[in-house]
Amino acid sequence: MGPKLKQSYHHSVTVKVNEQMGTKRGYTFIQANRAWLPKFLLLWVMVMAFLSTWIYKKMDADNKVRRKEVLSSMCDQRARMLQDQFSVSVNHVHALAILVSTFHYYKDPSAIDQETFAEYTARTAFERPLLSGVAYAERVKHSEREKFERQHGWTIKTMKREPSPIRDEYAPVIFSQETVSYIESLDMMSGEEDRENILRARATGKAVLTSPFRLLGSHHLGVVLTFPVYKSKLPPKPSVEERIEATAGYLGGAFDVESLVENLLGQLAGNQAILVNVYDITNSSDHLIMYGHQNQDGDLALLHESKLDFGDPFRKHQMICRYHQKAPTSWTALTTAFLFFVICLLVGYILYGAAIHIVKVEDDFHEMQELMVRAEAADVAKSQFLATVSHEIRTPMNGILGMLALLLDTDLSSTQRDYAQTAQVCGKALITLINEVLDRAKIEAGKLELETVPFDLRSILDDVLSLFSEKSRNKGLELAVFVSDKVPEMVMGDPGRFRQIITNLVGNSVKFTERGHIFVKVHVAENPKPKDDAKAEIRLNGGSDEGALISGSRQFNTLSGYEAADERNSWDSFQHLVTAEALRNDASEKMTVAGEASRSVTLMVSVEDTGIGIPLIAQDRVFTPFMQADSSTSRNYGGTGIGLSITKCLVELMGGHISFISRPQVGSTFSFTTVFGRCKKASHSDTKKSNAEDLPSGFRGLKAIVVDGKPVRAAVTRYHLKRLGMLVEVANNVKIAASACGKNGSSCGSKIQPDIVLVEKDSWLSGEDGCLSLRMLDLKQNGHVFKLPKMILLATNITNAELEKAKAAGFADTTIMKPLRASMVAACLQQVLGTGKSLPGKGILNGSSVLGSLLCGKRILVVDDNMVNRRVAAGALKKFGAAVECAESGKAALKLLQLPHSFDACFMDIQMPEMDGFEATRRIRMLESQANEQMNGDTNKGSGKKDKWHLPILAMTADVILATYDECLKCGMDGYVSKPFEEENLYQAVAKFFKTKPISDS
Amino acid sequence: MDVVNQLQRQFLDYSASLHREGFLDDQFTQLQKLQDENSPDFVVEVASLFFEDCEKLINNMARALEQQGVDFKQVDASVHQLKGSSSSIGAMRVKNVCIAFRSFCEAQNREGCLRCLQQVTHEYSLLKNKLQTLFRLEQQILAAGGSVPAIE
Repeated sequence: MGPKLKQSYHHSVTVKVNEQMGTKRGYTFIQANRAWLPKFLLLWVMVMAFLSTWIYKKMDADNKVRRKEVLSSMCDQRARMLQDQFSVSVNHVHALAILVSTFHYYKDPSAIDQETFAEYTARTAFERPLLSGVAYAERVKHSEREKFERQHGWTIKTMKREPSPIRDEYAPVIFSQETVSYIESLDMMSGEEDRENILRARATGKAVLTSPFRLLGSHHLGVVLTFPVYKSKLPPKPSVEERIEATAGYLGGAFDVESLVENLLGQLAGNQAILVNVYDITNSSDHLIMYGHQNQDGDLALLHESKLDFGDPFRKHQMICRYHQKAPTSWTALTTAFLFFVICLLVGYILYGAAIHIVKVEDDFHEMQELMVRAEAADVAKSQFLATVSHEIRTPMNGILGMLALLLDTDLSSTQRDYAQTAQVCGKALITLINEVLDRAKIEAGKLELETVPFDLRSILDDVLSLFSEKSRNKGLELAVFVSDKVPEMVMGDPGRFRQIITNLVGNSVKFTERGHIFVKVHVAENPKPKDDAKAEIRLNGGSDEGALISGSRQFNTLSGYEAADERNSWDSFQHLVTAEALRNDASEKMTVAGEASRSVTLMVSVEDTGIGIPLIAQDRVFTPFMQADSSTSRNYGGTGIGLSITKCLVELMGGHISFISRPQVGSTFSFTTVFGRCKKASHSDTKKSNAEDLPSGFRGLKAIVVDGKPVRAAVTRYHLKRLGMLVEVANNVKIAASACGKNGSSCGSKIQPDIVLVEKDSWLSGEDGCLSLRMLDLKQNGHVFKLPKMILLATNITNAELEKAKAAGFADTTIMKPLRASMVAACLQQVLGTGKSLPGKGILNGSSVLGSLLCGKRILVVDDNMVNRRVAAGALKKFGAAVECAESGKAALKLLQLPHSFDACFMDIQMPEMDGFEATRRIRMLESQANEQMNGDTNKGSGKKDKWHLPILAMTADVILATYDECLKCGMDGYVSKPFEEENLYQAVAKFFKTKPISDS
Repeated sequence: MDVVNQLQRQFLDYSASLHREGFLDDQFTQLQKLQDENSPDFVVEVASLFFEDCEKLINNMARALEQQGVDFKQVDASVHQLKGSSSSIGAMRVKNVCIAFRSFCEAQNREGCLRCLQQVTHEYSLLKNKLQTLFRLEQQILAAGGSVPAIE
């Protein structure tokens, strides 16, 4: 079965792994794009660099715009002021012109002469801060030149201070401000600029300006303003000719533009920052500078032009402003952008780092998961391996053990025998260990399945006890079992595993106990009855209080008188049990019905010993596999420490819980609960019958007195006797017993003649020697007793000398060696009472005789195509008393099994030509179900002996592959036996089947 | 009595040698255990059944293998039968050859099958001789008034 199973298992593991991988591969976005992460980072940095550049540019542009605005506003402001100042001056000149025309021409004689004019102009100079000086030139025609020259006493001169050549007209200065007195008598018309100005001024009647030129006095750039003065009032809309005609002279003033602007700018804030140039742009191709240097450095990139209107429509002026310095680098913008970049860089890096970290963590996580899956697989594989290997080891080990057994039966020298025995012991130990490991592995692999079959708990406990009786007797230990009456006789559960648990616990106890007792108790786990009743009961039974002190030294109310670890389990609580039973016996049927109504029963099992106990440090790892209390334990007592862990697993599988109380050097008490199903009512009574067969019923109604100073031990004895159907009284000591026998209605309440008196060895030895039998004889002689009760001594171990003494003292009848078992007690009693015949119960552990009893008289059909096989199987079954018929094919078998037939079982080969075992079984089952249906049709006829056809069919097969077994069950077989018949194997298969038969029938 | 003892020892030695040489295994011992007053000739009966069976099967197989197109299924069925019988009687060596035989059948290897057939025939006749000797010894013991010693 190994490889196949393993393969499929392996497959399932792989699938599981794959599935897990599948789900795990659901990567996150980050994980999926892990290769792109550095590129993402680079992209991020680039985008951020771009962004910060953009921010810088934007801020810089903002700055520039603001700068430009500042510049333009400053420039405009300057231009406006200049214009205002200029127009103020022009207005004054205008006023002066009117003054001249008024006082020079309208008055006759003229009210103004040079002196007056100079005086006046000097005093009103503050009104014209921009004009370096004003002068008045009179219009003189050539015809009037001589007259004029005569009148003024000087000749008209040109600008170059030469007598003026002859012209049509002249404009000699007659009045001048003191500051410009040097131009008096100069003909203004002689200068090209001035002449043009004069002509334009008298034509328009407005102030006109010359283009800038270097002024005569200072070397500043300046312009000359010319204003016409008219002789007479002009008509409202004079024509140019009229104006020219009316012109009397010209008032002129020189504007020192340079100092004007200088002055002006000096008054304003921010003067240093900007550079102002003023141009005359009348000739658009050639700008004449009026102020400032032509070639100035400064910020050439940015300039602002403002128009200037000085009131002369022919001339255009403009002011150009620019900053002194180039626009300073904008540090704010730069830092902002840089900081932004740095922050973004950092953010990017942090994100990148986080992503990398996530990737790493996820990678680690996946790795861990993979490792975990592998570890789990390894764990499963380990269990699998253990199971397989231990299974494989078992087979050859069986061979070794068998051979050793054979070897031991041959003629061997003592040394050889010793060696062989040692080898056998070792081999057995090894096989036990392997079985345990196998169990453990099975449990771990979850492959252990519990059976649910009805079994007798008491007989199992008896069996276990008998296993250890030899050892305990050798050690002088009291070994006893007590099962509460409330525990149902038959329970549903796994007897094998229950036995294993008990065997483990008792085995441990026996191993670690050198003195005292081991006591197994089973009772139903429920709340005990109130204490008071219990005490009353006990007093009735002879008083428990005196029993506490018997031999002077401290005694405990336990089985052997040694102290037990768990005090709760001592006599006090034990009383409850006994009492509860007593009450229950009295209780009405109702309660029984109620109790049985529940489906399951929880049992509390405790195994108490007075051994070395478990050291406190080791107590918490008692259930850990391969852990013993300490290393010295295994040296002194052997063992591997796996037993308890298996026990724990099994108990938990059975729905229970295990715990223990242990005191070093005092003892340990292991208690566990387990849940069993109750048997159904019908089957219960059914099995009761069969159980009654196990224990002889010949003792029913017999009366016995148990003489024992220790109540617990007495209760155990009583329990066993009760199981045989006997009425039991307990007497505390010999005296009471004797009196009980003697007088009716004595202290122990017995009104009956005992048939048997069982005396505990301790009680006998501690009591008066032999007085009991003497007294008995005495009684008989006195006619009180008609029949001498049988005297039986109960002992754990007894020396020959003691035995002789006992015989002499009247215990001639028999001595029962403990541990007590119902069947053994029955056998002894039978011997004593002379009911004769060996008991069937004796052979309980002997497989073949049991098999004989199981198979005896059964009609069995063997189906096999192989002649030899058929013969061998038939031979083997015949040996056990079965009546065997053979069929050589499936068809033949079918013919024989036509209903109704009288076969009790069928052994069927699987591989047969024509119709194989599976097919044959299927057909048989079909026939049966048809028959059953028909029978169900007329059920009202009343149930027959057999209400259902179901022939047990067991497969015979050479290969014991599990799959084959499953197939067997699937097609309706009940079990299988491996082919070369082995007694044990056969027994197991048949026993399981024939035992469960009543259940399946019901 | 001396003769009986001697015969008994001879019988034991012989059967031990049969076990040792692997002709027989535990199953044969089991068979011997099954023999009791009720069926005194059980082992002999089973053995003769086995021999008959063997001869028949060997003939079957030989015939099948001689044919042009060998029907390996048929051969395999026969080998399976033979294996079953031999393991039932505890004829270990025959059984072991059968195991090899079956693998050749599965591989449809005619050469191997023929070789195995030869081996089986050989083993079978050997075993037959040996068992007949054993039974003869038994008879002699019984004739001399002794009882056949139980084999452990």
